[in-house]
Amino acid sequence: MAPQPLLLSVVTFLPLLSVAALLVLRSDDHAWIRRIALTASLAEFAVSLLLLRGFDSTSAAYQFTEYHHWIGDAIHYHLGIDGISLFLVLLTTFLTPIAILCSWESIRENVKGFFISLLVIETAMIGVFVSLDLFLFFVFWELTLIPMYFMIGMWGHERRIYAAVKFILYTMFGSILMLVAILWLYGLSGGFDVDGIQQYLASGSLPHTTELLLFGAFFLAFAIKVPLFPLHTWLPDAHTEAPTAGSVILAGVMLKLGTYGILRFCVPLFPEAAREMAPFIGVLAIIGIVYGALVATVQTDLKRLVAYTSVSHLGFVVLGIFAFQTTAIQGAIYQMLNHGVSTGALFLTVGMLYDRRHTHDIKQFGGLATPMPVLMSFFLFIALSSLALPPLNGFIGEFMILIGTYVGHHAWASWAASGAVLSAIYLLWAYQRVALGEVTVEKNKTLTDASTRERIILVAMAVAILFMGIASPLFTRRMEASVSNVIQRVNPPQNASRPASIPCMGDKASNAAAGSQASLATIPGRGQQ
Amino acid sequence: MPQAGQFVSMHRLAPEVILCLFGIIIMAVDPFVSAARKRVLGWVAFVGALLALFGVHVANHSQGPAYDNLISTDAFSVFLHAIVIVAAALAILGSIDYLDREGIQRGEYYSLVLFAAAGMGILAGANELVTAFIGLEMSSISSYVLVGFRRRAAVSNEASMKYFLLGSFATAFFLYGIAMVYGATGTTYIDKVQATLQDSGNIPALAILGLGLIFVGLGFKVVIAPFQVYGPDVYEGAPTPVTTLLASAPKAATFALMLRIFYVSFGAASEFWFWAVWISAVLTMFIGNLAALVQTNVKRMLAYSSIAHAGYILVAFAASTSLGIAAVLFYLAAYVLMKVGAFLIVTHLGQQGEKRLDIQDYAGLGTKQPVLAACFSLFLLSLLGLPATAGFLGKFFAFQSALDAHTVHGTAIIWLVVIAAINSVIGAYYYLRVMISMYFAEPSKEYVPSSVAPALSFAIFVAAAGTLYLGILPARALDFARAAAESLPLH
Repeated sequence: MAPQPLLLSVVTFLPLLSVAALLVLRSDDHAWIRRIALTASLAEFAVSLLLLRGFDSTSAAYQFTEYHHWIGDAIHYHLGIDGISLFLVLLTTFLTPIAILCSWESIRENVKGFFISLLVIETAMIGVFVSLDLFLFFVFWELTLIPMYFMIGMWGHERRIYAAVKFILYTMFGSILMLVAILWLYGLSGGFDVDGIQQYLASGSLPHTTELLLFGAFFLAFAIKVPLFPLHTWLPDAHTEAPTAGSVILAGVMLKLGTYGILRFCVPLFPEAAREMAPFIGVLAIIGIVYGALVATVQTDLKRLVAYTSVSHLGFVVLGIFAFQTTAIQGAIYQMLNHGVSTGALFLTVGMLYDRRHTHDIKQFGGLATPMPVLMSFFLFIALSSLALPPLNGFIGEFMILIGTYVGHHAWASWAASGAVLSAIYLLWAYQRVALGEVTVEKNKTLTDASTRERIILVAMAVAILFMGIASPLFTRRMEASVSNVIQRVNPPQNASRPASIPCMGDKASNAAAGSQASLATIPGRGQQ
Repeated sequence: MPQAGQFVSMHRLAPEVILCLFGIIIMAVDPFVSAARKRVLGWVAFVGALLALFGVHVANHSQGPAYDNLISTDAFSVFLHAIVIVAAALAILGSIDYLDREGIQRGEYYSLVLFAAAGMGILAGANELVTAFIGLEMSSISSYVLVGFRRRAAVSNEASMKYFLLGSFATAFFLYGIAMVYGATGTTYIDKVQATLQDSGNIPALAILGLGLIFVGLGFKVVIAPFQVYGPDVYEGAPTPVTTLLASAPKAATFALMLRIFYVSFGAASEFWFWAVWISAVLTMFIGNLAALVQTNVKRMLAYSSIAHAGYILVAFAASTSLGIAAVLFYLAAYVLMKVGAFLIVTHLGQQGEKRLDIQDYAGLGTKQPVLAACFSLFLLSLLGLPATAGFLGKFFAFQSALDAHTVHGTAIIWLVVIAAINSVIGAYYYLRVMISMYFAEPSKEYVPSSVAPALSFAIFVAAAGTLYLGILPARALDFARAAAESLPLH
């Protein structure tokens, strides 16, 4: 199976090792701090690509597993990835060097601390994706908080302290109840291992109310992180106040910790509860999609606008997960990656504008395409990817989610589709106000276009966007086995032959579950081949 | 058991003997040491504490009853001795330069610390209530004097007086409790009370009343609600190294005695005291955390935080299982390390006359003294309960043991855990507030950083290393805690 038994540990802890290297450097040696951080993160990306080579896409089992005793008999150091987490790890390792590169000049104070925070976050986030022991998972989960707290609080904008505290208290409140749930599961099953707990829960010995409560505790933690409406209020503040790299990491990866958690823990561990709550969660997701889009439309602050698009886009992801369709869930995972790249890129361009003008106010811009055609072209390209224009990446994700959702829930899909329309409105309108027309503000006439460093960043993001749009089967194929595995837990095979057993899903759903899903899943990709 | 002569079992009291011996030596030598050299006495006391740790090692290898079963040197007692003596040793290291700075370098200070530690050792090992009372008095009376040691500072005097008056009341309660338990059962031996209560089948009201009074007396000493009112005043007024000691070691030792009395003597009556502990835990956590939110003085904030932590300890205490004892013990070890560390740093940052104790005074510490700020952050994050620190695992095991006991206590204890969880998020705010000041605020101009004395840096380093060690590799300490829990003769 796994040819490199230690690979996953290396991928997880390499950034932390480079932190040790950074600690040795003098703190005013900014050039070398930046170089080492960038080199380390690029090396990390290269190493993480090895995961692709050894990954067996036909298997739904965890791969590259590592298993060691840690504390007592119950707590283990247990790592492994499957089709769900593989690309999220790669997304993390891809975005970190980008984040480092984009902070190259904009971070001038306490450079060492900044890059250390960034690399610690990288380790913690990868750790969340690869942990198969709930204790280990929780440790990494909480470890993401403090460096991000520092990142917002120390290098953020005017209201940074307020945003940092709000961010951390919100997330902690969710996660502490999850800790109680984890402990409860331990009390019931006698271990923290995800597989063991899954087997215990699958035996069906859990009372219904207990399952609902446990599901609720996990879901609350993840829903705050996603963030699902109405728990999203920390997000606009945190995103707006964070430095560019912080926003990129926050939007690009950290929000996915929530959707990943839902997909990895909430749904497979508590399928009954998930099915029961799906109608409510679906509605909340749709409210999030529409509400996020509407609020984004009326923002006057460009960064806040992008922040609200996250609320909308992540609503799609949650909706896709709770449609319980292979296509929809694949779409949801794909959308997580897309959102990471596209919204990350949006934040990067907004950051580049901020570096020049030190404002996010849309009124201060206008006609920017004249002084900086390259930057604005990329902005348009990225905006188009974010609003799901074919053949770019966003289209594939949203299309798969909508198609999968439509099979079981016509109404959900129709409502969600309106979000796709709205996204065209707010993004194109924003582009129009920023880039088109006459240059209204005198200062803007002399702005310089994208520098070489910025072009490297933008090209990397654009290539990723285009590649993910065209070559989506390369991604979805590797997810398929793991996603079917999740689906099987929620819709056990025997249910597929009895359509009536799942009231919320019609005949089409079970037919699809029985076989046609595989073909559905490849539709988006087929057009490109 | 053969009736050994009294002094044969003296080695089982080796830590106390060594501590008292060094206390006496220091007092005897003190008049002959010139004022300029008095700080040598601090090092003598530190050596005494180290030797006492060796004494713990000796006692560990010769476990058993001592002095006709008045003292029980079991794994439980050994575990707590280690905690208490480490805390005392670190507090001594923190005191040496502090006393110089404040101009109150005296030999008796160190003697009193050692006597207090010896008293706490007796508390931890006592198997007889009057012996426990002696231990309690030894530690309390020494503490009364220590709290007032900055005798020219009004706050210090006030704190000492307050602590003395209220503390005397509390000990009286404890004594009454002992009398009632004796009246009900005819014995003051902790294990014999258990046997008597079990034989009689039902538990006499007098014994329950006695237990209630003991709860009041000891609850005062561990600063749990509703007996917490004096705590912040005393912690704030006492010289910071004394606060370091006061907030850590006596709590551990008194919790140990509470464990023995409640779990061993009154193990059969756990449904009686469960609710008292439950209510007290909820009150303690809420009062500690909510009051800490609005504090601007770091010492006071940490005082309320230690009240909150006593509440978390009570959560594990309420479990009334062997797992609960282990969780309490692990929590105490973690708590003592992080609390001692935090107060040691406050000792240094307070500067002369303890003037700089406001959270605002720490503005910009992150850039001025990055290592010190990082250590302080570590202790604060550990108090907050962030993973990879001792504080997280302390809470983790406490919650786990409490949830595990839901078969005994039903949903009440699950709610207790949920309340504790919510409280730890409330707590996050005030710990983070200090970090905001240290890292996010503009550096204050008038603060001139002073270098940390070697003794103090060593003590802070030990506390920080311990906090991380217990947070990442807790298995050994946990095994010790479990063994200690099993060494108690539960019914």
